[in-house]
Amino acid sequence: MAEQGLFYQAFVYLAAAVIAVPIAKRLGLGSVLGYLIAGMIIGPFGLGLIGEEGEDVLHFAEFGVVMMLFLIGLELQPRLLWRLRGPILGTGGLQVVVTAVLIALIGNFVGLAWQSALAIGMSLALSSTAIVLQTLNEKNLLDTDAGQSAFSVLLFQDIAVIPMLALFPLLAIAPGGGALAGGHGAEAGGHAEATKWIDGLAGWEQTLIVLAAVLGIVIGGRYLLRPIFRVIAATRLRELFVAAALLLILGVALLMTEVGLSPALGAFVAGVVLANNEYRHELESDIDPFKGLLLAVFFIAVGASVDFQLIRSAPGFIALCVGGLVILKLIVLLGLGRVCRMGLDQNLIFSLALAQGGEFAFVLLSFAAQAGVVTTDVTAPLIAVVAISMALTPVLMLLNERILQPRVGTRERVEREPDDMEDMHEDRPVIIAGFGRFGSTVGRLLRANGIRPTVLEYDSDRVDALRRLGLEVFYGDASRYDLLRAAGADRARLMVIALEEQEHALSVLRSVQKHFPHLTVLVRAIGRPEAYELRDKGVDHVYRETLDTSLRMGVDALRLLGIRAYKAHRSAKTFLRHDEESVRDLGQLRHDRKAYTSAARERIQALEELLLSELEHEQEERDAGWDTESLREEFRT
Amino acid sequence: MTPGAFERQILILFAHPALEKSRVNRVLIEGLADIEGVTFRDLYERYPDFDIDVPAEQARLLEHDLIIFHHPMFWYSTPAILKEWQDLVLEHGWAYGHEGKALRGKEFLSVITTGGRESAYRQGGHNRYTVAELLRPIEQTATLCGMDCLPPFVVHGTHGMTSEELRSHADDYRRTLIALRDGAVDLEAARAAGRLNADLFAVIKSRAR
Repeated sequence: MAEQGLFYQAFVYLAAAVIAVPIAKRLGLGSVLGYLIAGMIIGPFGLGLIGEEGEDVLHFAEFGVVMMLFLIGLELQPRLLWRLRGPILGTGGLQVVVTAVLIALIGNFVGLAWQSALAIGMSLALSSTAIVLQTLNEKNLLDTDAGQSAFSVLLFQDIAVIPMLALFPLLAIAPGGGALAGGHGAEAGGHAEATKWIDGLAGWEQTLIVLAAVLGIVIGGRYLLRPIFRVIAATRLRELFVAAALLLILGVALLMTEVGLSPALGAFVAGVVLANNEYRHELESDIDPFKGLLLAVFFIAVGASVDFQLIRSAPGFIALCVGGLVILKLIVLLGLGRVCRMGLDQNLIFSLALAQGGEFAFVLLSFAAQAGVVTTDVTAPLIAVVAISMALTPVLMLLNERILQPRVGTRERVEREPDDMEDMHEDRPVIIAGFGRFGSTVGRLLRANGIRPTVLEYDSDRVDALRRLGLEVFYGDASRYDLLRAAGADRARLMVIALEEQEHALSVLRSVQKHFPHLTVLVRAIGRPEAYELRDKGVDHVYRETLDTSLRMGVDALRLLGIRAYKAHRSAKTFLRHDEESVRDLGQLRHDRKAYTSAARERIQALEELLLSELEHEQEERDAGWDTESLREEFRT
Repeated sequence: MTPGAFERQILILFAHPALEKSRVNRVLIEGLADIEGVTFRDLYERYPDFDIDVPAEQARLLEHDLIIFHHPMFWYSTPAILKEWQDLVLEHGWAYGHEGKALRGKEFLSVITTGGRESAYRQGGHNRYTVAELLRPIEQTATLCGMDCLPPFVVHGTHGMTSEELRSHADDYRRTLIALRDGAVDLEAARAAGRLNADLFAVIKSRAR
């Protein structure tokens, strides 16, 4: 069936995604549900295009989850993480403990040994990070109260996996099974061979090594990565940067697996450490496509792993289990939401989002079976239950959006007037491309007024120098769509293009006008010809880089010649205004002329026109109010 | 805007050098630009470097019937830009002098805010004179240009003003503007009262009459 190798498999997966997702999107179902359905259709129980290797694909694709957590970490400044410590420990902890205990009690009640029941309870208490975050993100709900709380809970669950993995071998009922040798398993990548060198060490040594690994990530991320990235950035080879980014994540994942921690958690820590790094936006936009693709494969694999045969053999029982699981989790979550004083609308989003089993359940359940805590005839249906509950989540969210929310009605209230300025800081309304002599002045003036611009700079040496001065500067080529997006171009209001090279500035302008037409663009121009060109391209705010300075020099020259300061000053103002007007007028003329003159001839002609236009408008009628000539004349008569 | 559609086309020349710090004037000018028949010009916003476009300002004056200076009282006079505006825009031979008849027959109104209470603006008070008395130089400027001066609209006591009071003054201002536009103000009654908003109820004629 599926023996045709990698190309065939890749073809089937990609084809399924490309066909199913647009249809799902068009039907308003969201991409996650599309992938899941695609997986069910091509899976061994659907068309059978992919077979038993689905399991391996699942493990491989879990690397997408690792990447996702790395990216989430990148978005999270340590400061923000610290602010979330309450919800993470409180809400997350309560959710896991209460749900696990309740499920364990039910399991014990229906006749399972308490050890098995507890292991199942813990496994099922966890929700699906991948599905929840992807769905919330797609619906733009991540920044809401509900989104933040859901994220906190998921984060706690990711951390909780580690002690659970450590605990399972202790719960073993059936001795042996070679299970204890497993020690700590790990969900992604390193699930296969459990005999690691670390297992040979004593408990305190293991703890020490784990701590050292985490510390290594933190310190390495802080001090080692920046110079490395700088060297790589200096080569200006984009694929090398992508390679380095992937290498970083793979390295962290391997290290974590080696010491027995969750690679997703390690990637998350690495992300947080790098959140303040100037290469953050670049990393984000480089890894994002890989993450997206792997997550897609992951969702398809989940869909494919739903065992329809098993379901067909006991549909009532499975339905009961799925319903029971979802409803039980829902009740616990709704209660938690109440305790956290969430509004009903937010609480519904929060609870429905998290009311499913997660991908960690696959890992934990198979590990539990391996460790002899639970028998496989119990875990097999449970895995199906978890998969179905995951597939149900997008459906539940959709029902909530379409049917429940309109009735609940109280959309999140907007009541944040007092911290207006704070908002402005958070939002970064300005993006500055190019932070050289020109852009840096603009940026400093903005900062002096409490507005922190997002700065994009292509020169890695300069990035480094500016960082040392404590400025927020990010490395990257501002003409790239993905980088602009990562820098928040869809939320910003202004785009300042202060690049030294006109060609570069034009390519950034093209990109901005194409993808972010809502941005007001301010562009630095070298001189008149460049200003003409920018005006032709529809830019209203054009700044010739030497104009104001040369006028200031002219004013000083006039003053040194004995002209009174205010007169010289006003004269310069008048001059500036006329000059700007003439850029507009002569820019038009240029079009007519271009057809029949050479470039050199054109330059001379343009200068002539310029000088002529000056003679016509001399220091004219504007200051006549201070002129007493006419008054004296009238007085004489 | 079709001239003649209203009894008076109104031009407000507003001056406040630090509007972002203002509490009162920010509320007073809210939504003025949207009133039909009223042109609102924020001078400091238009001319941050005092580079006043004289021909454009003059042309605008010609299009309106009632010219308003709206500003806080700064040293018993206008903020600097309004003085600059007078010096440059009210040219000899245009606004005054033998040939200067451009503004003849138009009307002029000052809209003033003061930090001190009304009781401070009178004989024996802190400021010794009423606002109307202090505005004499401006009144005379308008008069020399052939304009007819209305008694000023004064909001006193802004330092200790509650937001409800502020809101009610803003409503009064708006009502007054609309009444002036529609020719529904009893100017005799207003002149007798000394300031336009002393007793709006008496000054604004109801539409029925």
